[in-house]
Amino acid sequence: MRLRLASIVVLMLVAVNGMAQSGGELRFCIHSEPKTFNPVLMSDDASETVRYLTGGVLMRLNRLTQNLQPELATSWKVSDGGKTISFQLRDGLRFSDGTAFSAEDVAFTVQQLMDPNLHSPTGDEFRSGDGKVETRVLSQNRIVVTFPAPVAGLDKLFDQVAIMSAKSPQKEMAVLGPFYVAENKAGSYLILKRNPNYWKHDSSGRQLPYLDSVRLDIQQNRDLEMLRLVRGDIDFINSVDAEYFDKISTEKASVAHDAGVSLDSEFMWFNQVPTSSLPAYKKAWFTSTNFRRAISESINREDMARIAFRGHAQPGVGPISPGNKFWFNSKLQAHPFDQKSALARMAQDGFRLQNGVLRDRDGHAVEFSLITNSGNKYRERMATMIQQDLSGIGIKLNVVTLDFPSLIERMTRTFDYEACLLGLVNNDLDPSSQMNVWLSSAENHQWNPSQKTPATAWEAEIDQLMHAQASTLDQKKRKQCVDKVQEIVWQQEPFIYLVNKDALSAVSPALQNVQPVVLRPQVYWNIDQLQLTSAVAKNRQ
Amino acid sequence: MKWARAAAVIFLVVLALVCLLADFLAPTSYAHQFREVPDAAPSRHHLLGTDALGRDRFTRVLYGSRVSLLLAPAAALLASLLAALIGAGAGLAGGWVERCIMAATDLFLSLPWLFLLITVRALLPLNVSPMASVTITFALLGCLGWAAAARVICADTRALCRSDFVLLARASGCDGFRLLWRHIVPNLKPIVYAQFWISIPVFILTEANLGILGLGVAEPLPSWGGLLRELESFSGLSGQPWIFVPLVLLILVVSSFHLLMENEELTA
Amino acid sequence: MSGLAKCAVKVLLTVLLGGFLGATLVRMAPGFGVDEEELDTRLSHESIQSLRRTDAADSNLAAFYFHYLGRIVRGDLGTSRTLQRPVSQLLAERFPETLKSVGLGLALGWALGLPLAIFVVMTRTWYVDLFASMLGGILLCIPAAVLALLFVLMQAPGRLVLGLIVFPKVFRYSRNLLAQSSDLPHILTARAKGLGNARVLLWHILPVTAPQLLALAGISLSIAFAAAIPVEVLCDLPGIGQLAWKAALERDLALLVNLTMIVTLITVIANSASDLVGHAFRTVEP
Repeated sequence: MRLRLASIVVLMLVAVNGMAQSGGELRFCIHSEPKTFNPVLMSDDASETVRYLTGGVLMRLNRLTQNLQPELATSWKVSDGGKTISFQLRDGLRFSDGTAFSAEDVAFTVQQLMDPNLHSPTGDEFRSGDGKVETRVLSQNRIVVTFPAPVAGLDKLFDQVAIMSAKSPQKEMAVLGPFYVAENKAGSYLILKRNPNYWKHDSSGRQLPYLDSVRLDIQQNRDLEMLRLVRGDIDFINSVDAEYFDKISTEKASVAHDAGVSLDSEFMWFNQVPTSSLPAYKKAWFTSTNFRRAISESINREDMARIAFRGHAQPGVGPISPGNKFWFNSKLQAHPFDQKSALARMAQDGFRLQNGVLRDRDGHAVEFSLITNSGNKYRERMATMIQQDLSGIGIKLNVVTLDFPSLIERMTRTFDYEACLLGLVNNDLDPSSQMNVWLSSAENHQWNPSQKTPATAWEAEIDQLMHAQASTLDQKKRKQCVDKVQEIVWQQEPFIYLVNKDALSAVSPALQNVQPVVLRPQVYWNIDQLQLTSAVAKNRQ
Repeated sequence: MKWARAAAVIFLVVLALVCLLADFLAPTSYAHQFREVPDAAPSRHHLLGTDALGRDRFTRVLYGSRVSLLLAPAAALLASLLAALIGAGAGLAGGWVERCIMAATDLFLSLPWLFLLITVRALLPLNVSPMASVTITFALLGCLGWAAAARVICADTRALCRSDFVLLARASGCDGFRLLWRHIVPNLKPIVYAQFWISIPVFILTEANLGILGLGVAEPLPSWGGLLRELESFSGLSGQPWIFVPLVLLILVVSSFHLLMENEELTA
Repeated sequence: MSGLAKCAVKVLLTVLLGGFLGATLVRMAPGFGVDEEELDTRLSHESIQSLRRTDAADSNLAAFYFHYLGRIVRGDLGTSRTLQRPVSQLLAERFPETLKSVGLGLALGWALGLPLAIFVVMTRTWYVDLFASMLGGILLCIPAAVLALLFVLMQAPGRLVLGLIVFPKVFRYSRNLLAQSSDLPHILTARAKGLGNARVLLWHILPVTAPQLLALAGISLSIAFAAAIPVEVLCDLPGIGQLAWKAALERDLALLVNLTMIVTLITVIANSASDLVGHAFRTVEP
């Protein structure tokens, strides 16, 4: 009798312990209010965070292994040279509100995605050519999608496509991901609760996610965010500033993680638009490759990485970061810091150093301005460091920080600027995502956008190579083309790459199963497997 | 009490001298980045340590006081004079003129002047010299900062208009601008002084925040507002007391101005 | 027309003028009609063109204002381009938050400022005056961002920072005003006659200074609203100030026009009210 009682008590304790292992509310901050919950229309960070947490995708790019793994689709096949993809979907799944999931929903999502009137940014990545996208529903769980022209990296692009329900009365709020949006206090916070119909189970058969809910606080102030992490108010910071990283690691070494060099780059460029209002002699300077190479060699990138980023960055090499192991051209290295060589290059174009001032062949003193966006202290510091570096070869640089809309206006409409310092946030490993930067006819070809015909021979060559790599599925051939593009950019320096930042994050020890990586989202990419320690989870019930 | 005032005068004079002689007193250039020692603690070579880029903070405080101590009081003076003239003129005129001017003042207080500042930045050439840019900034601040005080001055003027000496002045034929300038404005001194005293630190801090729009002081020229922005981060606030020196100096300057302008009759 | 009706018309005209001038300032500033989303490298040529067309929709200012006034009559304040929601909804959500902050800030500022000024003027000793002025000076010199950070470090509510920003200005003006009045001849006479401090203050100094103090109260509302913007942005309080800052950075015309008109309305009403009450005081002056 006593033994039975004892065994019942033991069983209950074990059960209670097991239950306390899961649950709890994960808390972290997003930096602005999500603009929309429609996964097809999203373009800002906050909305995309919500999409990652709530949206179910056909295949997921595993951020750690960088391979595709099946999610809603158990298998898929790309055929027809990259024009067609067919999916085999899982059976018997339901959306968060109970509506059944079938191939119809996938067809509906793809049609919404590719609707030319909606201008979906995610959809634009699939738009390789004109024409309609066809979806053929073969059965409840088989569907074939055909695009008008081959799409490079077609399967990996589906990592961004969250499937919406065609029939649910809740429209885009009915989701297939681990969580659903339960509460939205506009401007303040969002609460996501676990999706009771989530299909994934762990190896012991327990339904994922382990967490009960996620609370997203809208906090723009990075200082306050860091304070809250140190206090235990929030559980992680997905992307930490270099300055705070050292502070956090001195407080608790286990909390701060440096996952290595990320895909983001910081760079500057000169205005090469022929119709800009700059005086002719300045246009001549900026369009000269020797001038740009000389400027690049006068900048001390090592110092920049060491001082502006506290050592959490690497000198930049080219458009593809060394963190992108497959696509990076490993034969290239960052331009060395060599002011003698820079002056020699300038001399080739007729520039002479007289009394500490560099003058061109007509006697104009070399002086120009560098604009960058205000509020980003790393860019302001980089600009000030470049100012000192260039004064070493007799160039006077004026640093002007502008608010972002004024900056964009100068960059894209009036072309009233001389040099600009900005950065690119890159979420995609595939170089095709940067098509709109390297094609000379594109709007984002910053130094000379929307060209009717390529202005220089090397830009024409880049156009050819980018088109070539986008129209074949042969990875070796694509790599050859992309390597050549990187070489050309290295030689011509239309963008002078400065640094590649490291992927820094900070995670509280209360959060388990965390493996911070370089690809976004760095910390919560495996959200359905994250767990809180039982003490913290109980506190937050 | 007199010694406190004397101390204030001496402090301001010494500071002014130090500003003018900054070229001789400064151990190094304010722009030079000592890249081997960023964020250093005070030492023999760097009396107040170095900032995030390795620039000597002591030198930057010296040169920064030139910009801030010269231009902020000038802008504050401009704002105070404008407030006095507009407020007193309105109060004196009375009737619908006063109501119009006060309505215009209300309007002035409510408009988003941020956009005017952004437009001014756009009209200036990108390669404008830092001194020109900062002078224009402070001039603009002076022209925009008068509205709040003008209302209080208007109310004060109306009260003054009923006092004996003004009635006497009016009776003896003094009128219009002469009345305003010789009899009313001198008696508005307390409020004008208050406006002036408040404006100095407000303008210094605002200039720092205008860096967001591309106005204000351009790198590498230092200003006290810019130096105070170093305090604005969490990492700045802990364990580096020497960063607070610009703040302490600013407080001392503001207090000295107070002692200078203090109403002598307040003493018992 | 009765006085109240005239007042109402004046308020309405000022508010409309404020809205139009505000809209003009926003429209003329550089960066109008551009969107950060244009820099998204995923967008195709057609998407960027469509984005530019929507952003340019509000270019004609007169047309915009005309349509806007037409909609206001029906109660529709327009839609925010950046937050994609009706302006009236945004304002309704955020206004109570700002009212709380501003109310608390004003209460704190006046509760600290006026009594301190009275104390300084009544005791008439130079060291009290110096100490109070140094306190005010310190608060004026510390940047709002630092104050906000200190408050968060001490786990105090961020709204109180507003009170500390309003306090030195209220203190300084009221100290100088009271000092000025306490030197008027009839006050000196009252003192010479042996009247106690409190009586002199209540019956002689305050009534005389009342119109100016009321004017100060009116503009302290403007000061509080202006200070609410940086405080809300720094402390992440979801109020009107934070909305105004976001709208300014993104040149959201619909939001900015509405916010300008609201601020103008509040400023004009507060200052007109203080004028009216001040007028009443003047007519019962001793």
